[in-house]
Amino acid sequence: MNTSALHTPPPGRDDGPLHPGLNMNSRWIRINRARRYAANHLVTVLAIASTVVVILPLIAILAYLLFMGAHSLNLNFFTKIPAPVGEQGGGMANAIAGSGIVLAIASVLGIPIGIAAGVYLAEFGRGRMLAAAVRFTADVLNGVPSIVMGIAAYSLVVVKQGHFSALAGGVALAVMMVPTITRTTEEMLATVPNAIREAALGLGVPKWRTVLSVSLKTASPGIITGCMLAFARVAGETAPLLFTAFGNQFWSFKLNEPIAALPLQIYVYAISPYDEWHRLAWAGSLVLIVLIMVSVTLVRIYAARGMMKGAS
Amino acid sequence: MGVGIDVEHLNAWYGQTHTLQDINVKLPANHATALIGPSGCGKSTFVRCLNRMHETNPIARATGVVKMGGIDIYKDAEPVQIRRRVGMVFQRPNPFPTMSIYDNVASGLKLNGFRNKKVLDETVERSLKSAALWEEVKDDLKKKSGASLSGGQQQRMCIARALAVDPEVLLMDEPASALDPVSTSKIEDLIFQLKSQYTIVIVTHNMQQAARVAENTGFFLNGKMVEFDSTHKIFTNPKDKRTEDYITGRFG
Repeated sequence: MNTSALHTPPPGRDDGPLHPGLNMNSRWIRINRARRYAANHLVTVLAIASTVVVILPLIAILAYLLFMGAHSLNLNFFTKIPAPVGEQGGGMANAIAGSGIVLAIASVLGIPIGIAAGVYLAEFGRGRMLAAAVRFTADVLNGVPSIVMGIAAYSLVVVKQGHFSALAGGVALAVMMVPTITRTTEEMLATVPNAIREAALGLGVPKWRTVLSVSLKTASPGIITGCMLAFARVAGETAPLLFTAFGNQFWSFKLNEPIAALPLQIYVYAISPYDEWHRLAWAGSLVLIVLIMVSVTLVRIYAARGMMKGAS
Repeated sequence: MGVGIDVEHLNAWYGQTHTLQDINVKLPANHATALIGPSGCGKSTFVRCLNRMHETNPIARATGVVKMGGIDIYKDAEPVQIRRRVGMVFQRPNPFPTMSIYDNVASGLKLNGFRNKKVLDETVERSLKSAALWEEVKDDLKKKSGASLSGGQQQRMCIARALAVDPEVLLMDEPASALDPVSTSKIEDLIFQLKSQYTIVIVTHNMQQAARVAENTGFFLNGKMVEFDSTHKIFTNPKDKRTEDYITGRFG
């Protein structure tokens, strides 16, 4: 091959005599270099700008909530149940506890089913009709409005039981968690190299054990993140709880009875005509978002620590 | 100790493709056998049929008789049992990324429910010594992830992992093709030592490697075993014209 051909400028440009070898100062390379520097800086700036655009709403929401809600936060908010209209004080302690209970039910039901379905899709269902159907259903379910989920849980649980309950709320949220967790689990398992599965199978490890101890373990950071995303998403849901958990104004720890939940309480207070209740709704929103952030962060730290044992 | 492998009328398919066509061969115990041939000729499929890894692909199937120490692995045993007796080392090192060096080597025992710590410790040490890796890793067995080692060390760790379950046969599918020359020569030395205790089958694209480590060599072409003989004969006086063309570099 004629080496000078590599350095021939595009037609219409005159670079003077061509030298064999790379002449870093030829006019063509100089122009190209300037253009590459410019493109590099432009794309870097765009990337940084996009990052800011993504983070800004979160910071703005948090700042606004702090501004509107922080001054209404006090010990009463976390220890007292709602006070009657006109009376000062009162808090959302029962709603915080109620949210915890409903979310616990949702996680206990939703996470195992979601992960199990994801494992089926990724490890056992490759190329099967049933897997395609499950995958399609999960995607459709993911797009179903949350109020519809609430109606479904209402007719499946509330109507059958004859009354509203914490359980019904938990079921509604669990159904919302399942498709997200299923699809994330499947995607995370798909990133586990097949060579690792073969390594385990080649040692005479049964398939179920390979899935459990090798595939799932390798994919666990991503799966945990997926579960936390699903958890954070349903933690703020109001619509599915409206006619399932229903809400109340007093302490209740019974799974079979209506129960308060933070988003419900915020909703009721925010649309009320009372300033005191509006302030409490702002405080409740702040507490809700902080609780979600703290619980997600704690789980991720804990999970990361668990990972450290095996990996470097 | 190793066992001999008798293969009779072995056929294998991937979907509609007939990748192995009527293979008949006897691989002697405690010897190394090299399998050579151009890419896609079926040598990897052949090796994967010897521990029933071939059938883990849903579209793959195999028929025929493969006898190891008198039992037909396709008739008389479950795949899981066979794979415990037949270790496998893959083309690219495939350590379990979430596990320490120790856990990687012990994984075959641990994942099969074995828990005796004293025996595990001994097995890990013995296997790493057999794989010529002990001296390099003995101080960070549980501190370092298996994936943090260099490529050559990872591959020797994978060999140690295969040896830890005390197999009778060791299958190696191009075990050195992803490694540098220094690591390659270490792996070759290792094969040389291991073949007194194990029956070794090694797939290789490197004909010098076949000549260095194996007593017998089989030449595959288009899904058929064209010739099987002592390595010396294959490389100096092959019977088949196609073998001669391949080893002299006229095709493939």
